[in-house]
Amino acid sequence: MSKKIGDVILDLQNISLRFGGVKALTDISFDVREHEIRAIIGPNGAGKSSMLNVINGVYHPQEGVIIFRGRERKKMEPHHAATQGIARTFQNIALFKGMSVLDNIMTGRITRMKASFVEHALWLGRARREELEHRKKVEEVIDFLEIQHIRRTPVGRLPYGLQKRVELGRALAAEPSMLLLDEPMAGMNVEEKQDMCRFILDVNDQFGTTIVLIEHDMGVVMDISDRVVVLDYGKKIGDGLPDDVKNNPDVITAYLGVSH
Amino acid sequence: MSFGTPTGAPEELQTFPRLLFHHARTRGDAPAIREKDLGIWQTWSWADVAERVRALASGLAALGFKRGDNLAIIGDNRPHLYMMMSAAQCLGGVPVPLYQDAVADEMLFVLEDAAIRFAAVEDQEQVDKLLEVMDRAPLLEHIVYDDPRGMRHYNQPFLHDIHALMEMGRIHNRNHPDFLDEEVAQGRADDVSVMLYTSGTTGQPKGVCQTHAAFIASARGGMEIDGLDADGDILSYLPMAWVGDHLFSFAQALVAGFTINCPESGDTVMTDLREIGPTYYFAPPRVFESLLTSVMIRMEDAGIVKRKLFHYFLGVAKRCGSAILDGKPVGLGDRLLYGLGTLLVYGPLRNVLGLSRIRVAYTAGAAIGPELFSFYRSIGINLKQLYGQTETCAYVCLQPDGQVKPSSVGAPAPGVEIRIAGNGEVLVKGPMLLKEYYKRPDATAESIDPDGYFMTGDAGFIDQDGHLNIIDRAKDVGKLSNGAMFAPNYIENKLKFFQHIKEAVCFGHDRDRVCAFINIDAGAVGNWAERRNIAYSGYTDLAGKPQVHELIKTCVEEVNATLARDAMVADSQIHRFLVLHKELDPDDDELTRTRKVRRNFVAKKYQVLIDALYGGKATQFIETEVKFEDGRRGKVAADLRIVDASTFPAARQAA
Repeated sequence: MSKKIGDVILDLQNISLRFGGVKALTDISFDVREHEIRAIIGPNGAGKSSMLNVINGVYHPQEGVIIFRGRERKKMEPHHAATQGIARTFQNIALFKGMSVLDNIMTGRITRMKASFVEHALWLGRARREELEHRKKVEEVIDFLEIQHIRRTPVGRLPYGLQKRVELGRALAAEPSMLLLDEPMAGMNVEEKQDMCRFILDVNDQFGTTIVLIEHDMGVVMDISDRVVVLDYGKKIGDGLPDDVKNNPDVITAYLGVSH
Repeated sequence: MSFGTPTGAPEELQTFPRLLFHHARTRGDAPAIREKDLGIWQTWSWADVAERVRALASGLAALGFKRGDNLAIIGDNRPHLYMMMSAAQCLGGVPVPLYQDAVADEMLFVLEDAAIRFAAVEDQEQVDKLLEVMDRAPLLEHIVYDDPRGMRHYNQPFLHDIHALMEMGRIHNRNHPDFLDEEVAQGRADDVSVMLYTSGTTGQPKGVCQTHAAFIASARGGMEIDGLDADGDILSYLPMAWVGDHLFSFAQALVAGFTINCPESGDTVMTDLREIGPTYYFAPPRVFESLLTSVMIRMEDAGIVKRKLFHYFLGVAKRCGSAILDGKPVGLGDRLLYGLGTLLVYGPLRNVLGLSRIRVAYTAGAAIGPELFSFYRSIGINLKQLYGQTETCAYVCLQPDGQVKPSSVGAPAPGVEIRIAGNGEVLVKGPMLLKEYYKRPDATAESIDPDGYFMTGDAGFIDQDGHLNIIDRAKDVGKLSNGAMFAPNYIENKLKFFQHIKEAVCFGHDRDRVCAFINIDAGAVGNWAERRNIAYSGYTDLAGKPQVHELIKTCVEEVNATLARDAMVADSQIHRFLVLHKELDPDDDELTRTRKVRRNFVAKKYQVLIDALYGGKATQFIETEVKFEDGRRGKVAADLRIVDASTFPAARQAA
């Protein structure tokens, strides 16, 4: 691969997150470099989605520092993350089921629409120009993900694998610099997984998008990620290149159980 | 210069490149190609296409493509790939389209056989396939790709982006402004214009060399019969390597000058069909069947008023629709009703199907059920059957308007002579015949008889209207003991058009009459039985029900009635049949994996049943071993009742 991995753009230092007495994350530090594919793995309940939600601004950790592009972040809401170029997908698909694929992906453009509400409502000059521009971008995403045939289909009628792809499309439509994917391949068959892997690699390769992903399928993670963080019970137990992580005894224990 | 002038074409229009530049000169602004890209139909005019072809051809020449070279074309129907075909022809080269879904190893054979040095491919997928076999295809020098997606990290010097090739060509063209015109002027009508590989069910595929003259003559003949002109649209979505696509989307488009439309992707064909509303359309029977099924299913969910209206007017259409389309006399009442039906049902239905502008639609590739065929014709869609081979530019017979019958493939096309050999084989001769099989003089000599007729390998006969009826592959055709022809497939197909009959095997070679085994369709017959409150426990039980035998008997007798109408096959009426107690199954070696009956195996395995059929017995006990899906074996036994079917006196030539 010829892609260049750049400097650290997201640095998480000593993050701890509690829900009342439940410690979801304890003293976790790791970083994400520009243009890399960074995987977060771990058994169920390890705190992977919580970690993603912290990055995304949904949860606010009680302790720790988050530095994004050189600036320390205090309280941040998800829509701030969105305007800073962070987009995400969800573990349970969160699309508008009754809307068409096209309209769903169009919603990904919302942070980039500048025309006012009134202009949009009245379909005035700037709104119209903008809409055409956004539509073109959306069509490029549709072309990229090869979902032309379902452009007009309501999302609720699509099979699961395609819904996942549409959700990725909506995230891509925001032209993010960082993409957070929460189990993009959960519940997919082998062929759908292969397609999804290819799309993730293509996004990373063609647009240089930094990708942070949570995934259960170890094979997939090891194949496509540049570096892997392993969590277990809210603690970090491993961090490094896929091969290093694979041979880490703590990781093996966490995943396969203790040998007797 | 006048070499083998095709039917009445002026000399400057004897090759495809000359036709292309002629359209660009005389009607440069008219649309030549459309493609849906980013959700919008983009149009190239004839002038645009000519400019690009000129650039591509010059670019190919700059890379070293020479007269007589073959250019492999691999990909879906993309405008640039069609243009590449023209570009190769401009330089006196030969485009060789390959089936795009073939795996690399299958492509290797053609790459070697046709000594391919240049390939034009659609995208990364096809590039990867070629790279995979490149070390085994030492002649391959250059690969041009259309879609740059995913190609960023490919830096092999022999890979060229098609736009870079065009730029190269434009520079070449500026430096040598007369080069291309001189190349085009050297092209002659009897040059090979395209090489299409036959699928080769026996042995290796063979490259069929067709000349400009052959395809231009075929295109003109078809246009004459169907009244095609420059004002039309065709949806180009079938493989470019298939002779039919080359005839419709390339040859006829260039001769007539109509517009070809390339769908966005293979999955969007149905949407694109609706958006374009082509005037000219081709699809295999299963597409027409699934279109109809989807409409019927949706009608079941419609409100009662709409549903009643729909079925009422379909009844009207069934009664008089085909006759109206054929311009035959129809009573005033029916005519008015049909007019109303067009307004309320047929028009909207055609629109939903994307066929409201259709002037002629074609089907071929498999036998089409007469009901299905008549359905489309009855709602005003001029559906026709096509018959021809790669070796004949898919141009042998055409069904002229007003003379379309579901059973025949039509009358000999203009310029085509048809003869039936002693063994029933269809022989054809005309301007559309292949020049040769590439580098296979032996195969060429074998396929053309001393009088210059091409041997199709199909058995058929000419009916009283002078139309050709295809009945079977010649090698399957046998004779009854009285000498009459016996074509098992022909009869079995007629039986299988009934939804209740899944499979049939007919016997009759060297016998005095025809008898048949029938397999019922478990789903359709099961449904039928449930609606009549006929209880049954399983397949064998259902197949043994007397009511089911009656049902199948009516089907068989209907087939007999149609057979009786034709003197040629009247003797093949089915005298006795039985309904098999088990489904013929590939696991039991009775069918091939592609679900074709292994006739000889079945005959041997069920010899006792055949003896019973011919021995006049009324029942026969049989026990058969079957393999279950999990590998266990079991036995199925039944007492099979043998049913006598009525036959009909053969209709002698109608007075």
